[in-house]
Amino acid sequence: MKKQSKFGVGIFVIVAALGFLAWLGYGESKTYYHTIAELETLKGSSLSQRMRIGGTVAPGSIHHLSGRVDFVLEGEGKTLPVSYIGTDPLPDTFIDKSQALVEGRPGPDGRFVAEVVQAKCASKYEAAPGGKSGAAPSPTERSQMQGVGGHRAPGISGG
Amino acid sequence: MDVFGSFALVLAFVCAVYAFGGGIAAIVTRHPLLIKSARQAGIATCCLIFLATFSLEYLFFSDNFSIAYVVSHSNRDLSTFYKIAALWSGQEGSLLFWSFLLSIYVFSVLLTYRNKNGELMPYVGVVMAGVQIFFLTLNNFVASPFKALASPGADGVMNYVARTDGNGLTPLLQYPEMVIHPPNLYSGYTGFTIPFAFALGALLARYPGEKWIHLTRKWTMIAWMFQSMGILLGAHWAYAVLGWGGYWGWDPVENASFLPWLTGTAFLHSVMMQEKRGMMKVWNVWLVFITFLMCILGTFLTRSGVVSSVHAFARSSIGAWFVGFLSVIILVCLGAYLKNRDYLKSENQLDSIVSRESSFLFNNLILLVSCVAILSGTLFPVFSEWITGDRISVGAPFFNKVNIPIGLLLLFLTGVGPLLAWRKTSTDSLKRNFGWPLAIGLVAGVIALLFGFRQIYSWICLVLCVFVASTVGMEFYRGAKVIRARTGASLVASAVELTMRNTRRYGGYVVHVGMVFVFIGLAGAAFNRDLQKDMRQGDTLKIGPYTLVLQGFDTKPEKNYTAQRLLVEVLEDNKPTMMLYPEKRRFSTTEENGTMVAIHSTLQEDLYVVYAGTSPDTQLPVIHAYLNPLVKWIWFGGVVVVLGTLVALLPNRRAVLVLSGAQQPAAQPLARELAPSVSLRERHD
Repeated sequence: MKKQSKFGVGIFVIVAALGFLAWLGYGESKTYYHTIAELETLKGSSLSQRMRIGGTVAPGSIHHLSGRVDFVLEGEGKTLPVSYIGTDPLPDTFIDKSQALVEGRPGPDGRFVAEVVQAKCASKYEAAPGGKSGAAPSPTERSQMQGVGGHRAPGISGG
Repeated sequence: MDVFGSFALVLAFVCAVYAFGGGIAAIVTRHPLLIKSARQAGIATCCLIFLATFSLEYLFFSDNFSIAYVVSHSNRDLSTFYKIAALWSGQEGSLLFWSFLLSIYVFSVLLTYRNKNGELMPYVGVVMAGVQIFFLTLNNFVASPFKALASPGADGVMNYVARTDGNGLTPLLQYPEMVIHPPNLYSGYTGFTIPFAFALGALLARYPGEKWIHLTRKWTMIAWMFQSMGILLGAHWAYAVLGWGGYWGWDPVENASFLPWLTGTAFLHSVMMQEKRGMMKVWNVWLVFITFLMCILGTFLTRSGVVSSVHAFARSSIGAWFVGFLSVIILVCLGAYLKNRDYLKSENQLDSIVSRESSFLFNNLILLVSCVAILSGTLFPVFSEWITGDRISVGAPFFNKVNIPIGLLLLFLTGVGPLLAWRKTSTDSLKRNFGWPLAIGLVAGVIALLFGFRQIYSWICLVLCVFVASTVGMEFYRGAKVIRARTGASLVASAVELTMRNTRRYGGYVVHVGMVFVFIGLAGAAFNRDLQKDMRQGDTLKIGPYTLVLQGFDTKPEKNYTAQRLLVEVLEDNKPTMMLYPEKRRFSTTEENGTMVAIHSTLQEDLYVVYAGTSPDTQLPVIHAYLNPLVKWIWFGGVVVVLGTLVALLPNRRAVLVLSGAQQPAAQPLARELAPSVSLRERHD
């Protein structure tokens, strides 16, 4: 019995310590997913949370300035001006009309300050073959837009 | 050829259903002809899947742009090399590729054991056919790669069209690693089907003894080796192509590939407890089940895009199928376990906390904790939305905080575990086995401190790496010395002889050394530096011992893209060393960009130069230079891991006769120490 409890204590200490570290890491890096439309309805402390927002890059809106890149995200009929201040170069896939995910916090002037930008091409190579090709590009395309644009694609939020 | 391919797929589906149904009937009736026909249906399934895969590849090579999948992933200018890779660059093709690789395994298993293990094989065949049926369902009815390009006309009739050229392959995938990374990773994912099928089959058949473990050891190691290679090649691809200076970002798909590796590694270790001591039977069976579940989950995460990721090239309704399949697997495993759990009774208890058993136990525990942490972190957005309604993700700090200590603990156990005795280890043997390695490790640590090493985790990692390497070195040295004393061969030749006599044990040590190298490389990340600068022609940028001089630019038109190159001269300690050519690529068909990072790699550090675009203020090209210490050790360590696994897969050389025999125990105390473990281990191979 004594041996068993030794193991018990050992296992408990390891799991508890790692659990504590996980909790610390969680607090440090948790990021809320929001849509552009939801951002307007947020109030108070939820505005200072780190968040991730998805949308489509408005054509012609990308401006490279010194130390930052400004662009506008569109989604669900709303727009959101974004300033990217991260040091990593923007991904090659970040171009007009690409689907982008930005991570950061809303700034005081209504601009979203992003530290991380991920982008995915608007998969035109999947959509191009027209109506009924491959894995039915049109629904795929639609769910991609909804999916990246806030991760609330019906199939996911429903279950 | 497309008709041929889809017909082969349908036929494969029919055969798989027969192999499954006929197999069950064979188990019930025990009719030898039925058993044979089910097995042959399984073989036929595999051959038909091979045919279907080759015909899709043929469509790529014949530039058949009437097929939607070919149009989406290839074009006339695409080189041969990438036309092979185009097969798995999209959803439909990669699912077919999954079936293809699985078929290679199933085919080999069915042929290898066609006249052996008659009691067990029908069960194994049924499980394998079940997995094949699932993927063939997807291949045939959900995501067929053979769909012709067509659109419904005004009258509702489909108009088939052929295009003159395709859309080309995504530039991100046009990189040599992308041709070998997915096959490796998928070979890992699919390979774990075999131990799963044997474990489930043995449980269902109540197959006596640990034989299923001996039968699957090689298959598990092959799958594990491919998985390891796949993960490292993926990391290398991310490093060399994505241009952000790192190789691992805790991206959902990276995590997905890592999960089965963790549980698979746990399994490879804990089976030894079952083989030697008859313990952990329930645990082992569940580890295999979970590993297989993780493989399916990994495929699901990659293909469905449930969690957004840079890899999620495809988002589709295919997710529901995978969730269904995962549920079926869980139910079947749970049912089989509940029904036959008395068959898995443990024969022994843990004796002491300082024993081989307990080191395996803790190894398994922390591998599992790591797996749980990574899994929950990866799926956090999905779960948090279910529970709170908010979709919350966790990032790199979460994963790093948990996994760095886990990695270090594992590294520690890597050094300690193999030298602890089974059951109970005496203080005396602790001193003998660990005294020197510990001292050497600590000396290395003190030296590092004197050189101004101040990163705590990296420091611990360094000490442990030296410690583990010394324990392994000592093991080889001791064993080799014994052989040298007997045969008079050189120490190196004796070490080789030693390894060949017990490939499993010493191959395992080689794998451990490979992991030490990987850890050395990972520890280097704490010292990464980077600098970014707008560069006029002739400007210089200094980073570490290197000075980069921008000599000029050029434009290089290639078949498929146009490359803009920066010509960067590199001076090391002010001596001209080499030229680097970081590139931006513009792909004509897709109007997409690609980056080619220029890397000068030495064992000490990588100089990693990115052409980061044009500065908006000055209109000058921007160079982003990184100095990443020790990265090369990771890739090198990966090679060693693979070599070690290959050694462990070799059969033992039978020259053990020299060691055994009457005079053996008396000669040297070391011989006595070596001999029991040799005989203990060799019994099973």
